[in-house]
Amino acid sequence: MSTALFGEPIARREDPRLITGQGRYLDDLGGGALEAAFVRSPHAHARITDIDVGGALEIEGLVAIYTWEDLPGRVGEPLPLLIPHPALTHGRTAYPLARDVVRHVGEPVVMVVARDRYLAEDAAERIRVTYEPLPPVVGIEDAARAERLVHDDVPGNAGAHLVQEVGDAPGAIASAPHVLEFRLDIERSASMPLEGRGVYARWDADDESLRVYSSTQTSTSVRMAIAAKLGLPPVKVEVIAPDVGGGFGVKIVHPWPEEVLVPWAARLLDREIKWTEDRREHFVSAAHERAQVHFVRVGFDDEGRLLGLDVRIQHDHGAYTPYGIIVPIITSTQLLGPYKPGAYRVEFTSLYTNTVIVTPYRGAGRPQGVFCMERTMDRIADELGIDRTAVRAANFVQPGEFPYDQGLVFQDGRPLIYDSGDYPEMLRRTKELIGWDEFGDRRAEAERQGRRIGIGLACYVEGTGVGPYEGGHVEIDSGGRVHVSTGLTSQGQGHQTVFAQITASELGVPIEDVTVTTGDTRRFAYAVGTFASRAAVMSGNAIALACRKVREKALRIAGEALEADPRDLEIVDGVVRVKGDAGSSIPLRTVAVLSNPLRYAFDEETRRATQFAVGGSADTPPLTGEPGLEGEDYYSPVRSTFACGMHAAIVETDPDTAEVCILRYTVLHDCGRLINPRIVEGQIHGGVAQGVGGALYERMVYDEAGQLLNASFMDFLMPYATEVPAIETGHMETPSPLNPLGIKGAGEAGVIPVSAVIAAAIEDAEGIRVSRMPISPSELFHLRLEAESGAAELTNRARSHPAPLRRAAGEAGVRE
Amino acid sequence: MKPPPFTYHAPETLDEALDALARAGDDGKVLAGGQSLIPLLNMRLAAPGHLIDINRVTELDTVEVTPEGVWAGALARHARVERSDEAAAVQPLLRAALRHVAHPVVRNRGTVVGSLAHADPAAELPAVLAVLGGSVEAASSRGRRTVPAAEFFAGPLESSLRRGELAVRAFFPALPERSGAAFAEVSRRHGDYAMAGAAAVVALDDDQRVCSARVAYLSIAATPLVLDLTASLDRRPPVTCDWAAAAGYARDHIDPDGDIHATAAYRRHLAGVLTERTLRAAAQEAL
Repeated sequence: MSTALFGEPIARREDPRLITGQGRYLDDLGGGALEAAFVRSPHAHARITDIDVGGALEIEGLVAIYTWEDLPGRVGEPLPLLIPHPALTHGRTAYPLARDVVRHVGEPVVMVVARDRYLAEDAAERIRVTYEPLPPVVGIEDAARAERLVHDDVPGNAGAHLVQEVGDAPGAIASAPHVLEFRLDIERSASMPLEGRGVYARWDADDESLRVYSSTQTSTSVRMAIAAKLGLPPVKVEVIAPDVGGGFGVKIVHPWPEEVLVPWAARLLDREIKWTEDRREHFVSAAHERAQVHFVRVGFDDEGRLLGLDVRIQHDHGAYTPYGIIVPIITSTQLLGPYKPGAYRVEFTSLYTNTVIVTPYRGAGRPQGVFCMERTMDRIADELGIDRTAVRAANFVQPGEFPYDQGLVFQDGRPLIYDSGDYPEMLRRTKELIGWDEFGDRRAEAERQGRRIGIGLACYVEGTGVGPYEGGHVEIDSGGRVHVSTGLTSQGQGHQTVFAQITASELGVPIEDVTVTTGDTRRFAYAVGTFASRAAVMSGNAIALACRKVREKALRIAGEALEADPRDLEIVDGVVRVKGDAGSSIPLRTVAVLSNPLRYAFDEETRRATQFAVGGSADTPPLTGEPGLEGEDYYSPVRSTFACGMHAAIVETDPDTAEVCILRYTVLHDCGRLINPRIVEGQIHGGVAQGVGGALYERMVYDEAGQLLNASFMDFLMPYATEVPAIETGHMETPSPLNPLGIKGAGEAGVIPVSAVIAAAIEDAEGIRVSRMPISPSELFHLRLEAESGAAELTNRARSHPAPLRRAAGEAGVRE
Repeated sequence: MKPPPFTYHAPETLDEALDALARAGDDGKVLAGGQSLIPLLNMRLAAPGHLIDINRVTELDTVEVTPEGVWAGALARHARVERSDEAAAVQPLLRAALRHVAHPVVRNRGTVVGSLAHADPAAELPAVLAVLGGSVEAASSRGRRTVPAAEFFAGPLESSLRRGELAVRAFFPALPERSGAAFAEVSRRHGDYAMAGAAAVVALDDDQRVCSARVAYLSIAATPLVLDLTASLDRRPPVTCDWAAAAGYARDHIDPDGDIHATAAYRRHLAGVLTERTLRAAAQEAL
């Protein structure tokens, strides 16, 4: 039946439009608008002593130049600190345009508005800003030493410090039979959506209203922020997210300086203004993530069971903290994965550096946490000389133990309680999928051919679908078309498809009749946003609940028309009918007409709802409840729902060139009930691709002066299709008991464990410990040299199997 | 990332192009495939006052293959030369190297001569021209001259073309008999500029012993670096050649720089590995 679509791998309905160039992205809008460009700081840390705009004034087509001093009232105040937290004792945010001091390369200093972007850049180039350089703080170690400060009034460069404890971890470690202690590092990367940020604003002076298009992950909250900054009533501000060419986290940050300045200037000048971020701006003025140092102490027994785990984290949050400390909170809590840690203590310090701000990027702190925990599992296995999967199995939360309370506070301020899962079964299937138990033979065969291969795996649990809420509105019109809207935004996830699948299944209507609108405050004003793998869980359930309201109303009205008990009715293919009596039926489009009692008719359909056409009792009012066959509802979860997965990989390392090739990559994934397996698989593929980037290619290379040395796609190496392996996927479906649809989030899953998996597989191939990611061939080459000289640590396995696992770099002809 | 203002010229004949170049003097820049120049303009790293677009000068859109070698006109796109079976038959190193030049979409626009004139020491074609001892023909309103490869590459992103000169064609000599060639590089991603690369040509004498072994390296020095490794191979038949000795000689005679993708030590190491790999393959081809 065409309407029972929940769970079907139907093709994405948005793709024909998007892949044939019919998408409407931010820069496709506002053809005649003025355009903005920004003069951005070339220094990581400096005091502005003078701004001379004189040279720019002769540029023909220049409209306006603004510096901080031009910004009135709240427009000139620091941007909001979006997510305050008691531990964030020294939160700082930037001014929309720098006031006195710049704290990272790329910070906006001057805004230029001109007839087009070319002229705006010509003018920007002629503006002379004089800086008095201040000593920069670059990198976590530099920040922790605190010999120099990013903010004069933040001692130790520490914005936040947070400890969470369950039991007495130091005590448990002290009395454990085995103890290991080590350091693990993850470097900076970034969301890097193909479409950068962008804002286009139109002021209607007569109506005193503002319409803003923004390439954002939260149009509703951008609207609130703009209304507050500009002192406008929210009802006079509309914000629309058009097609958005990827977000991956960076576009949840708001309001960006440009999101305040462009609407402000549009109103001031009474002209349409657009700003489209270019790639170089995106590198130096959007947001990064990932950089963290982790100091791990772990105590365990002879079977590898964790007795105590103590992790100290140093988090680099860049120059400002607009998004609070969400990333290190997620690392600290999600680090535990599917395991029971025994006693656990985690402490993080969130540090200021003179670099681009750090806010969640797909995975949002989890890749670092999983790297910590999974490298720990591998270390324990190596220490005890037992199989790496056995150590994991010994520590799993068992299927009978749900709901399982880890005793911590999660990123939503709610307890970290896992709702469901089956980790032992997932491990069994993972081993089967990758051929874990047969790998020894495969390795031996490869060694005979002079090849070096290794295998690794990693497990994760991902808290998804965080609150506080999302809503859905569903309306069936008199043409039988079903209009669904929700406030959160889409960046290509497939919402047009999955929300329509939910609607078609709930209402019993053909999916072709369903259209979905997202991220448009004209249609739905209340929402939180698209992040944290939450859209399907939050809006999906809200839309299902709204559908159920509409269904109930449809059955009531149809019951009156058919003189039947609504409980005896069903909806099939858009027609309400009496069960078992196909002759007694009424189409939903007619029900929609009847739901709205009319005085005036304008076609045959509406005639049926006019006052002399409808029958009914003369003693009851014509309208029961509200007019229209529509309904709205909200879904607000008590807490997050926890998806999980296990990835495994076989890699080959070139003995001569130290190149790394991923030979196989497998994913076992459980996000509860699948709405659309094809879309979930696509999400996983995209996530793994970004994970491969984070593991082997992508990094932000800052020099000591705080200059980003690879701010282009030539030197920031996103993997191409040629670098991403074929991904073999398996699904498990453990429903969530927390929401009506039994679903969990899937958006970030693919990226989370990849660095841990690849590190494990390279370590297995090379016999040298891998403790920092990403790793490049150049770095692996040097790791080999260090292993030869004793500066890098070999695994116990490599020590006990010296040949042929370890073909020394020297044999390959190194004479350094 | 929008270019600064410039005056755009679109000549339709070579004479018009040379005339525009002559008038622009030091302030002129030639636009052919634009695969390097346009990004430089957009990032405002280059700001020529005059852009002379030669894409309408169809007389330069030539690939000529003779028994002596391959002549590529200034408008010959990478893809055209790469796909030319005649060119590959005369000089197989061209196709072997061109397959490593970025990606098909770049090769569809980018030109062979443009790549040479851009003189990027990390690019493939300068190394090919260098190891083959090819040349570039430069034309100006004052006349023509032929510049041998050894003199053409003056420094990183610097050719020895003079003011007002247009590189109108390049000559890649044919592979002599009993010779073989091979190309290999190691790049971070498929199609990236190489961290190190090598183009090797090996010739055998009448007794099938190696009588000449030359390797040009990319991404190793400021210009394509050619090493003659013949002596280190001791005039042996390929099967008994000590390729590692040649690799060792190469490592000892280069002085690469490090960058964010590869340290100097790693580059040196790669140069050794690639020396061995390409010499072996080239000798195999020569047999």
